[in-house]
Amino acid sequence: MSATLKVKVWRGKQSGEFVGYEVPRLGSQTVLDVVTHIQRHLDPSLSYRFACRVGMCGSCAMTVNGVARWTCRTHVAKVVQGDALEIAPLSNLPVIKDLATDMREFFDKWAGAKGQFKGKTTRHDEFAQVKPESRERAAANAGIECIGCGVCYASCDVVTWRPDFLGPAALNRAWTLANDVRDTAQRERLKAVAGDVGCHACHTQGSCSERCPKEIEPTAGIAGLKRLTARAAVRGELE
Amino acid sequence: MKRVNDFRARNHPSWWAFLVHRVSGLLLALFLPVHFWALGQALHGEAAFEGFLRYTDAPLFKFGEWGLVVLLSLHMMGGVRLLLIEFGPWSGQRKNWIAAAVGFGIAAGLAFALALVS
Amino acid sequence: MSARMSAVTNSAVTQAKLWYWQRISAMVLALCVLVHLGVMIYAVRGGLSAAEILGRTRGSITFGAFYTVFVLACAVHVPIGFARICEEWFGLTGLRAAIVAKLLGLIILVMGLRAVYGVVL
Repeated sequence: MSATLKVKVWRGKQSGEFVGYEVPRLGSQTVLDVVTHIQRHLDPSLSYRFACRVGMCGSCAMTVNGVARWTCRTHVAKVVQGDALEIAPLSNLPVIKDLATDMREFFDKWAGAKGQFKGKTTRHDEFAQVKPESRERAAANAGIECIGCGVCYASCDVVTWRPDFLGPAALNRAWTLANDVRDTAQRERLKAVAGDVGCHACHTQGSCSERCPKEIEPTAGIAGLKRLTARAAVRGELE
Repeated sequence: MKRVNDFRARNHPSWWAFLVHRVSGLLLALFLPVHFWALGQALHGEAAFEGFLRYTDAPLFKFGEWGLVVLLSLHMMGGVRLLLIEFGPWSGQRKNWIAAAVGFGIAAGLAFALALVS
Repeated sequence: MSARMSAVTNSAVTQAKLWYWQRISAMVLALCVLVHLGVMIYAVRGGLSAAEILGRTRGSITFGAFYTVFVLACAVHVPIGFARICEEWFGLTGLRAAIVAKLLGLIILVMGLRAVYGVVL
């Protein structure tokens, strides 16, 4: 194991380039450690995001050697190629500066997929009774751990090919709500997630499910939305 | 303003399955009209059809036929995998079906090749 | 006008229907292709000859019906996927892709039925 890492980091705004840095190599070092070292000791002008450092918040997601990952949970030893690392911002999102991307479109699409719960009961009503082992609840539970890190969105080619495509995270959220028996916005939601901006543009490439750090499988949810929207279309409920 | 992914992000089995399915579908789609035109030669009578068929004896042609059999097999099995993913009970990306598709493609290719030379 | 037309081709209901028509035709094709592969592997032994082929297909209601269904399923299945490729890889807009795909579907239908007619009748 060499004593230093040769790290290429994307620098720039609209246009940019990879700039090389040499970083001391340590045991149990994460990619976030590497980026932090560069900013603190080599180049204070490097912009990047992180918060919790322990794999809970999703802020530190970047493209490492071409693959979207949480940098705080990616050990250098696992991804280094010889002694080389390439660190870039997430794909499919506008770059604000260096390693920080503009996440607005990601969250706007979340809203666009009707990714908010809408109910009809109040605090004065009885609790809803939902069996945790019911088919719908199991399906919802499989997708609710999403923390909106953007790794799936950055990994999806359909997002690249169709700029309006809502993307795996938004559709996964819509699926969890479609399976929420308390929710009252089902009809608008299915309309929002059908069509080429929604589930019908998905080609089951599976990059989202392959890369999700929480092992959520948006592919499953999107397949489910395809079935739900087809049924709604047949019943005339998709107008 | 936005960076895009390269092959490193796509280097996993489900993505390769997508690519094979799409490319095989595209090639088959372009081949179909040619195939129907060839069969339509039978409208000119058996002798004319026979004359046309002799063109297909060329080795390059036979290789093309074999290629189409493989493409069709891969496209079909990849498609069955998608039908299972979309309609069956969820059980992941069904990577075993990717293996089954490749296996079936090889088997069909072998069977066809054997039939060609017998 | 093209935005409105795109809205028509991309509407939720249209896409949902295209989706299930492609899956239904896919299921039909899976069976047809299985049979067709078997027939081809059998037919190609000892070389192809017009006499052999037409001897099997001429006057056969089974062949005629089977391959008619096959052609119809192809005419439904191919354009839907092809339109997607036109949009995503060949840079055609929603409406142009739909037109090109429908054209291909028509070609497949007409030439396919013509071929079935040619070998059966």
